[in-house]
Amino acid sequence: MKRFFMTAFTLVLIATAVFAEPVSVDFWHAMTGKNGEIVQAVCDKFNASQTDYKIVPVFKGSYSDTMNAGIAAFRAGQAPGIIQVYEVGTATMMAAKGAIKPVYQLMAENKAKFDPKAYIPTITSYYSTSKGEMLSMPFNSSTAVMYYNKEAFKKAGLDPEKPPVTWPEFFDYAKKLKASGMEGGFTTNWISWIQLENFSAWHNQSFGTKSNGFDGLDTKLVFNTPLTLKHFQTIYDLSKDKTFIYGGRENKANPLFSSGQVGMHFESIGGYGSMKATCKFEFGVARLPYYADVKGAPQNSIIGGASLWVFNGKGKPEYKAISEFFAFISQPEIQAFWHQNTGYLPITKAAYELTKSQGFYVANPGMEVAINQLLNKAPTGNSMGIRFGNFNIIREIEDQTWEDILAGKISVKDGLDKMVKDGNEKLREFERLYK
Amino acid sequence: MTKQYEFPSKGLPYLLVLPQMAVVFVFFFWPAAQAVYQSFFVQDPFGFSLIFVGFENYTKLFADPAYWDSFGVSTVFALSVAFSSMFIALFLAVQANRKMRFSSFYKTMLIWPYAVATMVAGVLWLFMFNPNVGVIAWFLAKVLGIKWNHLLDSGQALLLVSIAASWKQIAYNFVFFLAGLQAVPATLVEAAAIDGAGPGKRFWAIIFPLLSPTTFYLLVMNLVYGFFETFPIIHQVTAGGPGTSTNVLVYKVWRDGVINLDLGSSAAQSVVLMILVIGLTVVQFRFIERKVNY
Repeated sequence: MKRFFMTAFTLVLIATAVFAEPVSVDFWHAMTGKNGEIVQAVCDKFNASQTDYKIVPVFKGSYSDTMNAGIAAFRAGQAPGIIQVYEVGTATMMAAKGAIKPVYQLMAENKAKFDPKAYIPTITSYYSTSKGEMLSMPFNSSTAVMYYNKEAFKKAGLDPEKPPVTWPEFFDYAKKLKASGMEGGFTTNWISWIQLENFSAWHNQSFGTKSNGFDGLDTKLVFNTPLTLKHFQTIYDLSKDKTFIYGGRENKANPLFSSGQVGMHFESIGGYGSMKATCKFEFGVARLPYYADVKGAPQNSIIGGASLWVFNGKGKPEYKAISEFFAFISQPEIQAFWHQNTGYLPITKAAYELTKSQGFYVANPGMEVAINQLLNKAPTGNSMGIRFGNFNIIREIEDQTWEDILAGKISVKDGLDKMVKDGNEKLREFERLYK
Repeated sequence: MTKQYEFPSKGLPYLLVLPQMAVVFVFFFWPAAQAVYQSFFVQDPFGFSLIFVGFENYTKLFADPAYWDSFGVSTVFALSVAFSSMFIALFLAVQANRKMRFSSFYKTMLIWPYAVATMVAGVLWLFMFNPNVGVIAWFLAKVLGIKWNHLLDSGQALLLVSIAASWKQIAYNFVFFLAGLQAVPATLVEAAAIDGAGPGKRFWAIIFPLLSPTTFYLLVMNLVYGFFETFPIIHQVTAGGPGTSTNVLVYKVWRDGVINLDLGSSAAQSVVLMILVIGLTVVQFRFIERKVNY
């Protein structure tokens, strides 16, 4: 009897060796709905493509929930292999040097296929050191664009194929749209990301010093310039007769546009799909307007979205699995699949070319507008991206102050100065932690 | 003389309460102690850098006008929720306590909102009052000529979250008031009626004083609710805005800690909240339960 067990045990041992379980790596993400399904599909494709590794996507809630879960798990020694972190968390992840494994190191150590030059520079720069070392893998990237209601344009006697190019033209169009009987002219989402961060990059102006924080933690906000003041003052003045309507924080202004109350709107290209699903009229996508009298404008816009970070302290097989997965998702076919199904931008030039050759942009011209806007010029220190610690709270201060400006509690000038002053305090708090 | 059961051994009672105490310790005392400890430090989210700063988190907090604003907003909010929901609930309870047809149907319907999750209640009211597509907002603007925009008007925003929070709490108060009313001896009321007291007089001179234990209990519970349990409504309806006009204390703690990852300040804020809850509980046990009687 004893012998029987011994034999059985040995057989089991042999069996496990032969049919070895693949190395499994958890991938925590924050993609909901359709995008969540595409994440699953991408992982399934990877798992089916080979037998050694298995990537297990786990939905962890909102961006901040996911990041918090990751931080808590790391502190408890239970971190997943890969975690998706939104762009405002980038500086926090970067500063946590002991917690992360830089992607460029990971790829080199595991000799995975990796060519930093294959990626679109405006996207990778957001997640790279100033020396160009990629710290995290760009995943879902978007940028801010203008959406406009083509039918409303026709009604107001405007050419639906000629969206406004400069801000003065834009404001003029907005007044005409309102005069044509609409509830208002325009609205915008994400006041900080679109009207301050992208606005600065697009005009090649500094949002913060030290290349928007890329060159050091001793960065300061400097966006309270005459240009921003002019821009915000104009929007504020237009809010009085409802040419501009405020729709709320984050992407809460979308219903104003999709219900046809305003004719023009600013939103992420990542929202293209849901815009298509909710708008019962034909709409167009155009580049962000600019002030023509600013030298160097338009420059290029910056990205939003999230990237994939790898936690420190995992075993060699796990790192091998992750590096293979990153190489896999960088392939043009996978990128094109991701891009075309989610609306997020492709992260490699090859994926863009592939999508173009497939004729995708003929049916979806808005997507190409966004990519061209990102690629408009080689990024400068003002347009590589934003790297601030405590960035989330800085954006919150900007949201709150913007609401106070619109409610008439504070003047536009004092409001912008307050955003800069309070924001700088938060930057100093962050700097102190990492000295 | 109450009957007391004597345990044969001295250790047994302690052993019996041990599981409960263990739960309380793990889920209440330990986190509370952690909060107190962390409130004296600033730290990065990953825990690599921990700098002792003494009372700096507290001094910063109390020097911050935004925190005092938050205190004021919370107080106004909690008081208005407590009073309006109690007043309406009492009125409804008195009406439902009469003998009439379908009275159990009415009672069921009035209790129903309590079964709605707080988050869902927030979404419901948000939809109705959405300045752009909401039914009530549309009605206010088109029929009554009132411009409704809680996204920018602080007063309206506070009103909206108060309505949403009260609506939910009315059902809870209603149950207690109804039970309280049913416990009022009918003989007293009838005797007063025979003596010639009208319905109003009967209510204020007999029923209301007899209800006072219920009323005070509910007052404390409603204040606790208003201060500490309305997070989902604020989160869903206004997210603390416009500006900081509905940024109540609990919401601020959560935002600063969970979203903004400022753990030191968040810990200090939760210690302040803890002291507040302890204070309210002491008031309830020491003052109200002993002084209010009839």
